[in-house]
Amino acid sequence: MDLILEGIKKAFFLIFTLDAEVLGITLLSLKVSGLATLISMVVGISAGTTAALSRFPGRQLVVSLINTGMALPPVVVGLFVTIFLWRNGPLGFLEILYTPTAIILAQAVIATPIVTGITLAAIQNLPANLRLQILSLGATRIQMVWMLVKEARLPLLAAVMAGFGGVISEVGASIMVGGNIRGYSRVLTTATVMETGRGNFDVAIALSVILMLLAFTVNAILTQIQQRERLR
Amino acid sequence: MSPGENPAILLKAEGLQVRRGGALVLDIPVLDIFPDQILALIGPNGAGKSTLLLALACLLKPARGRFSFNGRVIDAGRGDVEYRRRVALVFQEPLLFDATVFDNVAAGLKIRGTGREEIVRTVPAYLERFGIAHLARRSARKLSGGEAQRTSLARAFITKPEIVFLDEPFSSLDPPTREELIGDFEKILRETRTTAVVATHDQTEALRLADRIAVMNGGRIAQIGPVAEVMNRPADGFVASFVGVETVLPGRVLETSDGVFTAAVEGGEIEAVGHVRTGEGILCCIRPEHVTLSTNAPPPGTSARNVFSGRIRTITPLGLFHRVRLDCGFDLTAYVTRQSFETLSLEEGKSVIASFKATAVHVIPRQT
Repeated sequence: MDLILEGIKKAFFLIFTLDAEVLGITLLSLKVSGLATLISMVVGISAGTTAALSRFPGRQLVVSLINTGMALPPVVVGLFVTIFLWRNGPLGFLEILYTPTAIILAQAVIATPIVTGITLAAIQNLPANLRLQILSLGATRIQMVWMLVKEARLPLLAAVMAGFGGVISEVGASIMVGGNIRGYSRVLTTATVMETGRGNFDVAIALSVILMLLAFTVNAILTQIQQRERLR
Repeated sequence: MSPGENPAILLKAEGLQVRRGGALVLDIPVLDIFPDQILALIGPNGAGKSTLLLALACLLKPARGRFSFNGRVIDAGRGDVEYRRRVALVFQEPLLFDATVFDNVAAGLKIRGTGREEIVRTVPAYLERFGIAHLARRSARKLSGGEAQRTSLARAFITKPEIVFLDEPFSSLDPPTREELIGDFEKILRETRTTAVVATHDQTEALRLADRIAVMNGGRIAQIGPVAEVMNRPADGFVASFVGVETVLPGRVLETSDGVFTAAVEGGEIEAVGHVRTGEGILCCIRPEHVTLSTNAPPPGTSARNVFSGRIRTITPLGLFHRVRLDCGFDLTAYVTRQSFETLSLEEGKSVIASFKATAVHVIPRQT
């Protein structure tokens, strides 16, 4: 019990004194997961909308794959991204293995199916005739797609929250492709794993508290936007 | 106005066929939409009314078909944005956007790239016209059914469409709301002289609004023509059973007194009961079972206020009774039992006296 209390005390000390290393790790986590979420939004919302609005042979299979992708284990993503970025792998020439960029890439691969899947469901849940109604108002196809995405903005916000939540708390892929290099590619989750392994529970607890606060703050802001929209 | 007198055709569809899963669900050899007229599509569920509307609005790609709009051939699919911007479609469900009433009504203008200033100038007039000015800032999610449908109608009309297609626009509303909205809608249609095609399964709605009626069945048009013609002279058994062989006489109120009024119809005058104003346009509907036939004038003291002499035009045996069509200066249909038919020795060409009570006349107000 003392261990936990000591840990929490130390945690708040580290947070309130703005410990340089902890601050650096926190900012890197935010930056990496934020960028990964941004990439997954661009790719996922486009792909999800396309899949929801088009009819083609094998569509059912594609939808199943997307839904399976939503539960993609991070370590599997980590493994394959590592293989791709390995010195003699297909993308080895990029020389980004064990860099923050590699973590962004891996996290984007994890978040994209989540955003795609929720987008697909959100667009499909819009009233069936809404598409025709928009076209009948004189919209071009591009205007129609844009208006549908705007209509689904609340569930899309949920997609973004789920994507961000998935990657900020993810550890397997980050440690595999980032290498947990101090001051360079160490993020909150990988640092927590390492500190726990070393028995530095106080630091590990501090990092966990920050991680949870971060996840909470980002989601609270998005939830605020979502609920304000709903109540309008 | 009959088609012959109106050479201008706004929209012409030829050889229109729509298939769904290989089956032919719509087959319309030719359909003309005339300017400033309201065409009602009536028919049972699954008759193809909605499919026809979607095809005419170019929101559905037909298997084959050719459309010309104002004489210009248009692409029968979704490709023709220019055509789609000159017509509008209103669905049964209001399908509003998750935005304010103002923004919903402005949607069509925004799509056309209209500037903010002009939008702010134009929208209030349409909100006013459809009776939703007080709701401008309200979220479309917080509207009643009637308010939502008014918003949807305003959104369609603001772009000044040359044809408005309406798919059962009132059928999901409760009766009082619906009655009020139909009245306003009718007024707006006549004021703006908008050409409209309205699909409905409600015959009264069709009678109120339409200049012409098309009765649809199994993806085909069973009969199309002016309201009175379709109602009084159904082309086949299906049309007759669907429209309910009612005599429908367009007329105008001459004078009213104590709830009873006299209306001039083509070839005569009819007394009926209802709250109408002098000079108002109406349709008088008389069901054949309410018409009594005799070979001599009814005795004084009868409660039938409408007595006409007429000549029997056709007699159709319908099992237990006969359907007798009369020419009384206007068309009138009566049902007569087999016994009465024999007692009166009715035959085609014979003169008879037809009578019905003022209360037997179903009156539908109509702005023309």
